[in-house]
Amino acid sequence: MLDAKDLDAFTQDAKNWFQENAPKQTDFMLPLTFMEVGTDEQFHFLRDWQNKVYEAGYLGAHWPKEYGGGGLDKAFQDAATRAMAVERTPIMLNAIGLNWTGPLLLDRGSEAEKKKYIRGILSAEEIWCQGFSEPDHGSDLGNAQTRAVRDGDEYVINGSKIWTTQGNYADHMILLARTNPEAESKYKGLSFFLAPMKAEGIQTVPIRKLTGEYGFTQTFFDDARISADCLMGKEGEGWLIAMQTLEYERGARSGQAGGHVMMLSDPNDIIALARSAQLNGKPAIEDQAVREELVHLMTEARALGLASRRDKLQPLTQDRPMSLALGSKLSSTDFYQRLNAFAITLQGTRAAYYVGDESAHDNGIWQRGYLNSFSATIGGGTSQIQRNIIGEHVLGLPKS
Amino acid sequence: MSAYIGPGITPTIGLSEEQAQLIDIAAAFCRDKSPMDKVRHLLDDEAGYDPAVWREMADLGWMGIAIPEEFGGIGLGLGEVVPLVEYMGRAMMSSPFVGTTLAAQALLRGGTQAQKQTLLPQLASGAPASLALCEAHADWDLQNLSCSAKADGEALVLSGTKYLVPHAAAAELIIVSLAYEGAPALVVLPKAEVAASRLTREKIIDDTQRAYALDLEGLRLPKSALMDVSLAGETLAHIELTAALLLAADMCGGAFSCLDYTLDYLKTRKQFGKLIGSYQSLKHTAVDVHQAYERARSHLYSAAFLVDQQGEGEMAVRMAKAEAGEAYSFAADRAIQFHGGFGFTYDCDAQLYRRRAIMGCALHGDARYHRRKLADLMF
Repeated sequence: MLDAKDLDAFTQDAKNWFQENAPKQTDFMLPLTFMEVGTDEQFHFLRDWQNKVYEAGYLGAHWPKEYGGGGLDKAFQDAATRAMAVERTPIMLNAIGLNWTGPLLLDRGSEAEKKKYIRGILSAEEIWCQGFSEPDHGSDLGNAQTRAVRDGDEYVINGSKIWTTQGNYADHMILLARTNPEAESKYKGLSFFLAPMKAEGIQTVPIRKLTGEYGFTQTFFDDARISADCLMGKEGEGWLIAMQTLEYERGARSGQAGGHVMMLSDPNDIIALARSAQLNGKPAIEDQAVREELVHLMTEARALGLASRRDKLQPLTQDRPMSLALGSKLSSTDFYQRLNAFAITLQGTRAAYYVGDESAHDNGIWQRGYLNSFSATIGGGTSQIQRNIIGEHVLGLPKS
Repeated sequence: MSAYIGPGITPTIGLSEEQAQLIDIAAAFCRDKSPMDKVRHLLDDEAGYDPAVWREMADLGWMGIAIPEEFGGIGLGLGEVVPLVEYMGRAMMSSPFVGTTLAAQALLRGGTQAQKQTLLPQLASGAPASLALCEAHADWDLQNLSCSAKADGEALVLSGTKYLVPHAAAAELIIVSLAYEGAPALVVLPKAEVAASRLTREKIIDDTQRAYALDLEGLRLPKSALMDVSLAGETLAHIELTAALLLAADMCGGAFSCLDYTLDYLKTRKQFGKLIGSYQSLKHTAVDVHQAYERARSHLYSAAFLVDQQGEGEMAVRMAKAEAGEAYSFAADRAIQFHGGFGFTYDCDAQLYRRRAIMGCALHGDARYHRRKLADLMF
């Protein structure tokens, strides 16, 4: 049972702990999201930080004790996660493990898989990446062509995956590969693997992003041999398991693991920017058009927060029960993109500067944030795919 | 990922048990009493609403929901009125309900004790009422008043003309705003004082509703018709926010039905051998309409939850009105377009929604008006 008094004490302890222990300044730039880990320096720093948070009991607080969690109610981890966001601490590095692999293993993994992997996910000793998208199959995930051929006690993997977050650092990959090209549908030919990354025949090549930084790799499989034990579930269940995994990502079942994996720009920061920026000799915040757009953005920010609370009030969701959950990725990622874009326009000539120039406003955080925001409107199903999903599954429109 | 919601945002939304029940009751009632053929039939009716349905609403106690028990009401709040108006909006129902609720709120906030004691029980039991607030200058500012009252001994003499007085012909009383001794004031005008010749039905864009011009010139009232003059400014502010909340509810409801109406067409109409809803230019826009509606509805129920709170309530209500107006306008504008040639006809319901959305934005401030007010509250 959830004891409110215990929760209050835990929340207060977490707040104090993060205030005391969160690293304040680093002499290099920290990634704002788990998709921006581009240097060894950043990687090691964040791995140590996650480990420290886990050892202090503020990560996996609600996961079962026997696998390395804290065995508490989910409300405790939510409180710890909130404390991290409020204190604006560095992010949790092992995001794929914490938000995708972990919940998936706890929901449908075998006892052996849970014992083997959960603790390493929490301690950041074992980093996870995701191998779903392929160079020619991004939005059309069901058409993935990377092959896995059974050979005795092993599978032989050939093909290539792309947009592998932290691929060059990862120890394991959740991998979607085709075991049966002859299956009656493209979906039924897919299988799901918990694959090692440090194996002969697996090569990762870092991808340089539009920001000029790194964070993703392309991953090549060239006759890579992995143990047959790596298969999760049965052959042919890959699509089903991948779809369950995407649910953790797309909002319907999000926030499972907790852990603060994205540092978001605070919409209130843009008000501070509008006060300091000059427009026609006056603070930009006195300009009527700027004020109107700011109110527009604040109204939208508020709606995002309201929607997540409203989703728990059944009488207000009964018309279309899946609507708010399935709509949250589209509305929030699109909002943050426009927020960053607008912030750039408030900077006058300073809009021209980028990260690293001393003339840049806040070291170019909005410029970099805007460019990086496309990872969220493209990754995990583009905004256009999200509109198809909402149109078909919420509004009941015919398939395109 | 829940982490998409940034730090520093603490919005508030909640739902009372009564609100939850009223959602179901209002949904069934409005569906039953205001099907589209009934809405169509009333377009040509002089009164524009069905008095028998009005009687049923009174029997259910709806006009007294936000009136305290001591004045013959049920003693709930404006938050409980919101679901009723939302479902009336979904059904494009017309009645003096919003006007009567607003008149009651005005009396509660700024009426004299005698007015509250005699008039509120009448309103609670179903006497229709209205408010005469708009003037020829068409300014949304309710304190910008050219109509006036002058003292003449123990009497008041009124002058000027009021416009867009909703369902005035049916109203048992009309609350009129005017300038008195250099400041805003409100008077209660009983039906007996309004000769038929003083009311002229106006040709408004929304055929589902009724509005009248009210000629005040030379009208004489006893001074006891004045509401509490010291509270007039505060009362007008309360009327604006309450009206904005209820119009937001109506428009939010309308946006939902309008999208639903469009979706039916997208799922049944074929062109080039395919259902038109399978084309992404229509599908994706329908999703954008839907998302705008959901945003508006989150704001609506937040406003319903916060309306009685100083400061926060005003912000929530203004956001709700701005968002609902835009969502409804967007939904109905695209509804006409997506119905193609049929959308250009009077027979297509899309135009009814579009016209009602324009009307809803025209009263008590559009999105730009409320955003400017919000900017002054926020920055």
